[in-house]
Amino acid sequence: MRCRRVPLLSRLTAYAGIAFLHFPVLIILLYAFTTEDRTYEFPPPGLTLKWFRLAFERSDMWAAMRLSLAVASVATLAALVLGTLAALALASGRFRGKNTITLLFVLPIALPGIITGIALLSAIKLVGLAPGFWTIVAGHATFCIVIVHNNVIARLRRLPPSWVEASMDLGADGWQTFRAVLLPQIGTALLAGGLLAFALSFDEIIVTIFTSGHERTLPIWFFNELFRPRDRPITNVVAVFVIAATLIPIVLAYYLTRPAEERT
Amino acid sequence: MNARTLSTFFYRRPTFYLLLLLAPPLLWLGTAYLGTLFALLTQSIYSIDEFTAQIVRTPTLATYRQLFTQPANLDIVLRTLTMAICVTIAAAFIAFPIANYMVRYASPATRAAFYVAILVPMWASYLVKVYAWRLILAKEGILNWMFEAAGAEGVLAAILQIPGIGGPSLASSYIGMFIVFVYMWLPYMILPIAAALERVPASLLQASADLGARPRQTLRSVVLPLVTPGLAAGSVFTFSLTLGDYIIPSIVGAPGYFIGMMVYQQQGTAGNIPLAAAFSVVPIVLIGVYLALVKRLGAFDAM
Repeated sequence: MRCRRVPLLSRLTAYAGIAFLHFPVLIILLYAFTTEDRTYEFPPPGLTLKWFRLAFERSDMWAAMRLSLAVASVATLAALVLGTLAALALASGRFRGKNTITLLFVLPIALPGIITGIALLSAIKLVGLAPGFWTIVAGHATFCIVIVHNNVIARLRRLPPSWVEASMDLGADGWQTFRAVLLPQIGTALLAGGLLAFALSFDEIIVTIFTSGHERTLPIWFFNELFRPRDRPITNVVAVFVIAATLIPIVLAYYLTRPAEERT
Repeated sequence: MNARTLSTFFYRRPTFYLLLLLAPPLLWLGTAYLGTLFALLTQSIYSIDEFTAQIVRTPTLATYRQLFTQPANLDIVLRTLTMAICVTIAAAFIAFPIANYMVRYASPATRAAFYVAILVPMWASYLVKVYAWRLILAKEGILNWMFEAAGAEGVLAAILQIPGIGGPSLASSYIGMFIVFVYMWLPYMILPIAAALERVPASLLQASADLGARPRQTLRSVVLPLVTPGLAAGSVFTFSLTLGDYIIPSIVGAPGYFIGMMVYQQQGTAGNIPLAAAFSVVPIVLIGVYLALVKRLGAFDAM
């Protein structure tokens, strides 16, 4: 639905809202270059690049980043397999209990992350597991599955069921149909879901704090740095890096999942 | 048995095939999500021995009694709930005009640009955004500087002196925290509303105008009822995310505790997992009630 006449007020509010959304991201960019290292003074008294060098020399930061990358990779892989299976099942027609199962696939993102976190911690303590790499992955996989599932099922719903029937009529078996008809159609949705899941996991802190034990992912490292103002400018630099690292997959994912008619 | 006979085998037995597909993800979410939720409930009916600081594994309601009889704890619940409601209402009021503009007035190219412009900050690092707000709201930060540059220091000082929600600086007041919450969850409100608006047929608006309705009347009696499911879906996110957050109150905001901070502190430094578990049951119940309410508005179809 579109209208020709655009009320000025409406346009102004919309653009002001977008500016509001982008303001903090721009501020972080600016602060990575400030020469002031103790306060949050604005405007910055001068600009420098030296914090970038200092940040790259921090081995604890690199260790945290390696852990985050490893966790995100494993969690994304698990989510791709499990999320796609669930989407294939839930997209195929009606069956008893479907609504309940769908609800189960909404819950991990409808309930706040802290619930997932404290629930996993309760279970870890109850069973007597040691928190570490695999418990972090377990926490991330729960919401990553939901992301992949949502992406794939949205694509499957747009797919005419007649395509699968036609493929079968023409003599393809189930596997061939999946390989030659379904997979090319859901390929970009899978890729987009995987990218989003990866970015989400890379950036996750709410659940991770509960499940990480003594391990430090990049967000946990960052969170600890916030309360240790000694190296404030380094925190700013890492902030810029994290923003860049999460944004690339997200923009890619957006272009991969746009409906065909919007692609030009 | 080759692939073809195998696939025919599955094709003839759809239920079996469905089970085979569903078993791994259900097993996983059943254990890692529902299973651990059950563990959470179990922990909440345990208690902690005050002398040994060990968890006593006998079912008791003592932890819940502790939760509901201490006035400080009730304050925390009320404070968090109030914040969640205020944030939800504010986010709805800010999100609607943005969604409305991009869907109704913007050209297809502008609309696509708007979607990207909303998705980018939405997915940008959560922690970094909160941190950025600490920079912005700090006493020597940019917002203060803007007020000074505009010669309106008095206004800011007056705002900060409002009892209850003010504080020594924006970064340590409930107002500051409120701004950050609204900022953080705004995209979660814009997107479902925009999706609902996209589904409103243009012919309905034309019909409404042809029948003599003013734009305001059309908005109230045609658009709003049709967009309610989207609003409800967005509000589920803003409400639930605010109820459970503990990072924002610990980085930006007044000294008063929030539910999430209590959960975090009780499991961490205090080592009292039963009380942390009992505390986290509160948002589960509140969100459960909220979901039941908005389900009637069609929130789930718009999620």
